[in-house]
Amino acid sequence: MDNESQYSGYSYKSSHSRSSRKHRDRRDRHRSKSRDGSSRGDKSVTIQTPGEPLLDAESTRGEERDDNWGETTTVVTGTSEHSISNEDLTRVTKDLEESTPLECKRFVGPALGGCLSFFALVTPLAFLILPQVLWRDALEPCGTPCEGLYVSLAFKLLVLLISSWALFLRPPRATLPRFFVFRCLLMVLVFLFVASYWLFYGVRVLEPRERDYRGIVEYAASLVDALLFIQYLALVLLEVRHLQPAFCLKVVRSTDGASRFYNVGHLSVQRAAVWVLDRYYNDFPVYNPALLNLPKSILSKKMTGFKVYSLDESTTNNSSGQSRAMIAAAARRRDNSHNEFYYEEAEMDRRVRKRKARLVVAVEEAFTHIKRLHEEEVASSPKHPREVMDPREAAQAIFAPMARAMQKYLRTTRQQAFHSMESILTHLQFCITHNMTPKAFLERYLSPGPTMQYQQQNDRGRQWTLVSEEPVTSALRQGLVFSMRRLDFSLVVTVTPLPFLRLGEEFIDPKSHKFVMRLQSETSV
Amino acid sequence: MSFIPGQPVTAVVQRIEIMKLRHGDNLILGFSIGGGIDQDPGQNPFSEDKTDKGIYVTRITPGGPAHDAGLRMGDKIMQVNGWDMTVVTHDKARKRLTKKDEDVVRLLVTRKSLEQAVKQSMGGCPQTVT
Repeated sequence: MDNESQYSGYSYKSSHSRSSRKHRDRRDRHRSKSRDGSSRGDKSVTIQTPGEPLLDAESTRGEERDDNWGETTTVVTGTSEHSISNEDLTRVTKDLEESTPLECKRFVGPALGGCLSFFALVTPLAFLILPQVLWRDALEPCGTPCEGLYVSLAFKLLVLLISSWALFLRPPRATLPRFFVFRCLLMVLVFLFVASYWLFYGVRVLEPRERDYRGIVEYAASLVDALLFIQYLALVLLEVRHLQPAFCLKVVRSTDGASRFYNVGHLSVQRAAVWVLDRYYNDFPVYNPALLNLPKSILSKKMTGFKVYSLDESTTNNSSGQSRAMIAAAARRRDNSHNEFYYEEAEMDRRVRKRKARLVVAVEEAFTHIKRLHEEEVASSPKHPREVMDPREAAQAIFAPMARAMQKYLRTTRQQAFHSMESILTHLQFCITHNMTPKAFLERYLSPGPTMQYQQQNDRGRQWTLVSEEPVTSALRQGLVFSMRRLDFSLVVTVTPLPFLRLGEEFIDPKSHKFVMRLQSETSV
Repeated sequence: MSFIPGQPVTAVVQRIEIMKLRHGDNLILGFSIGGGIDQDPGQNPFSEDKTDKGIYVTRITPGGPAHDAGLRMGDKIMQVNGWDMTVVTHDKARKRLTKKDEDVVRLLVTRKSLEQAVKQSMGGCPQTVT
C-alpha cells in the first residue's frame, strides 16, 4: 500500500562540478528502461534501473553500476582555466535537457495516509448522523447521557485531529526504497479497524434500523477511543521507539576516509540510512575530489620501477614464478617515493600557510576601508562629504584589493570550484551587513565546511542509493554493513551494538576524606 | 640485601655491639634512625630499593658509642637484640633501641659493602640472617 518509490534514473558524470550536480539528481521514469552505459562527449553516463522495488536485490545493481563507473571516471588533478568553461558547458546542456516537472511520487504515501485518516475521522460523525437522517422519527430520544457522550466525542475528535496534524502531516523528507513497515502496518490496522466497524454498523444498525440511539452514540464513542489508542501505538512505533540509543554506527566516506560515529535506536536499515544522511550533510566536511590524489610525479616513479618481460611462452608456471620473484625483488629495492611524498606535503603546507597569511592580511586591510555610518553622523559632517553606499556597493568596493589573494588561496587549497566570485561577493555583503570581523568573514574559506553550506536551495532532492546485502527493511543488528552510494563516493556504515553497562554503587562518606603528610622522620637514639 | 616478596629475606650482616653511654638521665647510643613501615620509603637516601621500608642509620655522632662500635651511616638495621627491625614502625624501632633497662644493644646491620666484600673473598663464611 505504502509504495514509496525507489531510485530509478540515475545519472552522473565524472567532472566533479558541485553546482551542476543538483541538476543531475532526477528520477526520470519517462526515459526508456534500457541500461545505457554509453558515454557522450561530455562524459555523462545514464543508468536506468527497473521500477519495481521488490524484484532485485540492490547489491547486484550496485555491482553493475560499479563496472560502468570505473570506465568513465576521470580525475581532476590540477586547476586550469579550461575546467571552468567545461563545467559551464555541461551545466548549460543539463539545463536544456532537464525540464521535467517536480516528481510527484514522493507525495503519494502521505496523500494515502491523509485520505485514510480523513475517512477514519469522519466515520464517527457518519455513525451519528446517518440514523438521524434516515429514520429520525423512529429513534428513541436520549437525554443527558447522550449529551455527555456528544461532548466527549467532540473533544476526542479534536484531540485526534490536532495530534494527527502535529505528528503525521509533515512533508516527507526522504523516500525509501521499500515499504516503511511500521507505517504500512498502522495504515492497514486503521483500515481494517474502521472497515470492521462499518461492517458491524451496516449489519446491526442500518439494516434493522436500530432504535436505541444511545447505543449508537456509545458505539461511535468506542470507535473514537480505539482510534486514540491506535494513534498512541503509532506514536510509540514511529516516533518514540527509535529515540533510545541502541547501536553505534560508524560512517566512513570511501574517498577520503572522513568518519563519524553516531548512536541510533532500533531502526530498519533504510530508516537508519536516512538518519545518517541527515547528519552527513551537517557533520562531514564537503567532498572535494581535487584533494584526493597523490601528485602524479610521485606515483609515476613508483609505477615505472621495473618491467617484467616473459620470454618463455611455453612454461607458464616458470614465468609466473619468475615474475613473482622479480616483483619481490623490486619491492625490496630501495623505494624513495615516501621521501618525496613527505617533502611534497611539507612544501604544500608551507605554501598554504603563506597564502593564508597573505589572504588574512589583505582581508583585514580591506575591512579597515569602510565603516558603518550611524544616523547621527549624517548631519554632523558637512565638510567631509562621503559617498554613502549600500552593502552591495560597499562589498564591491573593498573586494578588489583582496580578490587576488583570495583567488590564490582558493587555488592552493583547491576550493575554487566551490566558491564563485559572485558567491564571495554575496558573502562579503552579508558579513558587512552583520558587522562581522574579517576573521568571521574568512571562516568560510579557511576550513572546509559541511556539505550543507554549499547546497543551493532546491526541492529536487538528492539522489542516494542504498546498497546492502540484507533486505533494507530488516532491523539493525550487530555486524551489519550497508553503504549509501552517491555519484562518485559512498558512505560505508558499520553497525555495532552499544555495550551493556553494569553500573555499580559506591558510597563515600564525606567525612572519610582525610589526609596526612608523608612521614620522613629521623629520631636520634 | 635481597628482597623478594614472599620469600625469606637474605642478607649479609655484621654483628655490632654498642654499649650505651649515660648522658644525664638518658642512655644514648649516638646515632639517628630513619625509616619504618609508616614512613615514606621514597625519601630514603640510603636505600637501593626505594620501596624498602626498613630502618636505616641516617646520622652517626662522631666519637659516640655507635661510631666506636663500627656502625656507619647508611646501614640498615636488621635485628636489635633478637627483635626484627625490617617490618616495624618508626616508633617501635625507637622504643626497641632505647629500652631503659638494657645497657647493651646487639645489632645486626647490613650494608652494600659487606656483600661486595663477601663476593670478593670467596673463602669467607658469611653470616646470613633469615
